[in-house]
Amino acid sequence: MDAKFDIQDLNVYWDGNLLLKKVTLRIPSCQILGVIGPAGSGKTTFIRSLDRMNELEPGFKMEGRILLDGEDIYAPGYDAVTLRKKVGMVFALPVALPMSIYENIVYGPRLAGIRNHDQLGGLVEQSLQAAFMWDEVKDRLEMSGLRLSGGQQQRLCLARVLAMEPEVILLDEPCSGLDPISTAKIEEALTALKKKYTIILVTNNTKQAARIADQTAFFLMGELIEIGPTDRIFTAPIHKQTDDYVTGRFG
Amino acid sequence: MDKRHFDVELDQLRHKLVMMATKVEILINYSIEAIRKRDAAVVGTATAMDKEIDQMEIDIEEAAISLIARHQPAAGDLRFLVGAIKINNDLERIGDHGVNIAQSAALLAGRPAVKVLADIPWMAGLAVSMLKDSLDSFISANPEKAREVCTRDDQVDDLKDQILSIVLTFMMENPGFISEGMTLILVARNLERIADLATDISEEAIYIHQGKVIKHGAEQQSEEGEATR
Repeated sequence: MDAKFDIQDLNVYWDGNLLLKKVTLRIPSCQILGVIGPAGSGKTTFIRSLDRMNELEPGFKMEGRILLDGEDIYAPGYDAVTLRKKVGMVFALPVALPMSIYENIVYGPRLAGIRNHDQLGGLVEQSLQAAFMWDEVKDRLEMSGLRLSGGQQQRLCLARVLAMEPEVILLDEPCSGLDPISTAKIEEALTALKKKYTIILVTNNTKQAARIADQTAFFLMGELIEIGPTDRIFTAPIHKQTDDYVTGRFG
Repeated sequence: MDKRHFDVELDQLRHKLVMMATKVEILINYSIEAIRKRDAAVVGTATAMDKEIDQMEIDIEEAAISLIARHQPAAGDLRFLVGAIKINNDLERIGDHGVNIAQSAALLAGRPAVKVLADIPWMAGLAVSMLKDSLDSFISANPEKAREVCTRDDQVDDLKDQILSIVLTFMMENPGFISEGMTLILVARNLERIADLATDISEEAIYIHQGKVIKHGAEQQSEEGEATR
């Protein structure tokens, strides 16, 4: 199977501390990879390495290679702007911009140079449809994004990422503050989106990975302990540490 | 760390299953002893024990379903609960076979023993030892013992065929023996089913403790799959 991301011997240091140790894995296209592990296991550091967000922080250093579609994203000359266009990120806390729903979504595409009104309108509808919220907001696109509920704001953030037409969507704890219905809507949207996108979902909610991920990777203290088909990880994991974590004995 | 409340409930369920298994073992031994003694008085006691086993089955099933619903278990815990539900069902059916054997003992009561009966206690001994070892393998988390139990099932099947052939010959030679012969065939059939269910329990024990499915040749197939990859 084609690997969207091919991560080879990734070590990440922060102020000299080794946060990720020799992480090697391949992430296939058009699947959801669930990344689980207790606090401090390195999952956020891992996901932030995939769109080079780590390098914005002082004290970051990495070794190893991360290939996206076969190209090393940390190679000198690899364009960070191209990378960010290909790889979108949704964060734990939904941050709607203090502007209308419509403007929230067209903000990115406009910055990228799209000016055509019809084209922008099409992107808004398409992105909101894909984020499973078009029917909820189509009659009030001029309303401030800040007036939406937490769950709607998070889907707005997802729609904003989709409007940039990326290939990979990274999600760092996207449902941590959401109620079960809003969580279910995000999960429904992600399950539909994987037909077209490669999705990497970091979650503290192991059941969420169990519900929607095709593959699940378990991190512990900076190491990738185990990766495999989600049904195997949650029924018969190979490593005892994985078993202890998914059964809730630690973490 | 203190034991989680979930672990306490899992322990309680395991304890209930052990209690049920003990009762089933007693019932089977009791029924087989009745065949040996040709005792008609056992049916009432066996039926009463079976009723208790049926109630235990309901309690265990409800407890397991409740634990799954409330805790959404994963990995080893999930395998234990699913395995417990299956073993629970196997034990209940073994109890039913125990009652059938007790009823056969009542039908045989008062009749003189025939030569063929010597093979029935031998077969019963094998089936009971399989049951005991399968339950031990589950309780003491011993998959090696469980695998060993599975290998013994063929012996029991062979003995059943042997008994069947001897009894049929007896019946052909002596039509007066037909009714008794049919009863003995039924006993052999019940013992064979007990051995089959003990094999099921062993397979479940392996799944619970190792996460490997071995029934219906699944393990061999998956190894062949690995080899061709």
